[in-house]
Amino acid sequence: MDQVKVIEIKKSVFDDNNKDADRLRAELKSRGVYLLNLMSSPGSGKTTTLIQLLSRIKDKLRVAVMEADIDSDVDAVKIKNATGVESIQLHTGGMCHLDAEMTRQGLDNVSLDSLDLVILENVGNLVCPAEFDTGSCRNAMILSVPEGHDKPLKYPLMFSVCDLVVINKIDVMPYFDFDLDKCREYVKMRNSNATVIPICAKTGEGVDALADWILEEVRNWKNS
Amino acid sequence: MHELGIVFYIIRDVKKAAEENSVAHISAVVMNIGEVSTVIPEYLQDVWRWAADKEEILMGAELRCNIIPAVNWCDDCKTEYSAVEHGRTCPSCGSGNTWLLRGNEVEIKEIIVE
Repeated sequence: MDQVKVIEIKKSVFDDNNKDADRLRAELKSRGVYLLNLMSSPGSGKTTTLIQLLSRIKDKLRVAVMEADIDSDVDAVKIKNATGVESIQLHTGGMCHLDAEMTRQGLDNVSLDSLDLVILENVGNLVCPAEFDTGSCRNAMILSVPEGHDKPLKYPLMFSVCDLVVINKIDVMPYFDFDLDKCREYVKMRNSNATVIPICAKTGEGVDALADWILEEVRNWKNS
Repeated sequence: MHELGIVFYIIRDVKKAAEENSVAHISAVVMNIGEVSTVIPEYLQDVWRWAADKEEILMGAELRCNIIPAVNWCDDCKTEYSAVEHGRTCPSCGSGNTWLLRGNEVEIKEIIVE
């Protein structure tokens, strides 16, 4: 007679990654490096925003960028050419997100001990990256005006894990039915502590406020 | 698309459990999948077949998904209600002071060995 044996596991699939992410955060803390995980949809203007942001902060702190994509190195090359900031490309091998282990492998390839800030540009996607803790100190996301102000309702997890929501492409707001007040209200519903910063990466409008936010974050991280 | 990444995590965890229990072959893996976990069981099944059959210990192993309904808890009137049907607003008292009690699970419940 066939014997059937049931072995109970009762374990969340995300457990190991969450623990690994906590370890990575503690390591970054002890080395005085701030890691920002930047997420968004494809085409929201992450790379353009980064170029604007980096030009404002690169003389004030030591920064590097890790670009995560499924394939290609166009973003890393673009950042390096436009700003001169150290920029490396990570490939996820077909996966739609980065986890803590992949982030750690990326960090092994930047000069961590001579840096204050590493910005991780995650894969363009509003679902999967929100589920996997990368070990970052903070999560930020960019929502662009053409995507619509209702996105916090449609992608609740993404907005509940983000401490900063940057609203990009505000110059085209008149052409879209984008309600900034409603958007702020929806973001608050998901995370009442989230900061909202409206910008236009193309013209640079609002990017100073974004630079101030990050400079203060890094200062607090190092001093706390 | 994140189902593929999740399947890799499942495979790693169940292989470890099999090793700890000296199991040579797993015939089924039972998952608890929350209704609002953002994991789509059908997609999970598809990538499971592809990935599990690459592992000797999981060759032909079945993936069973128990769906856990999403239930919210209202802090004001102390009741449970269906999160998918009513969202953040409590249907009994209209409060928005609510949170997800269960339905977010992506959990390996058990493995079955024959």
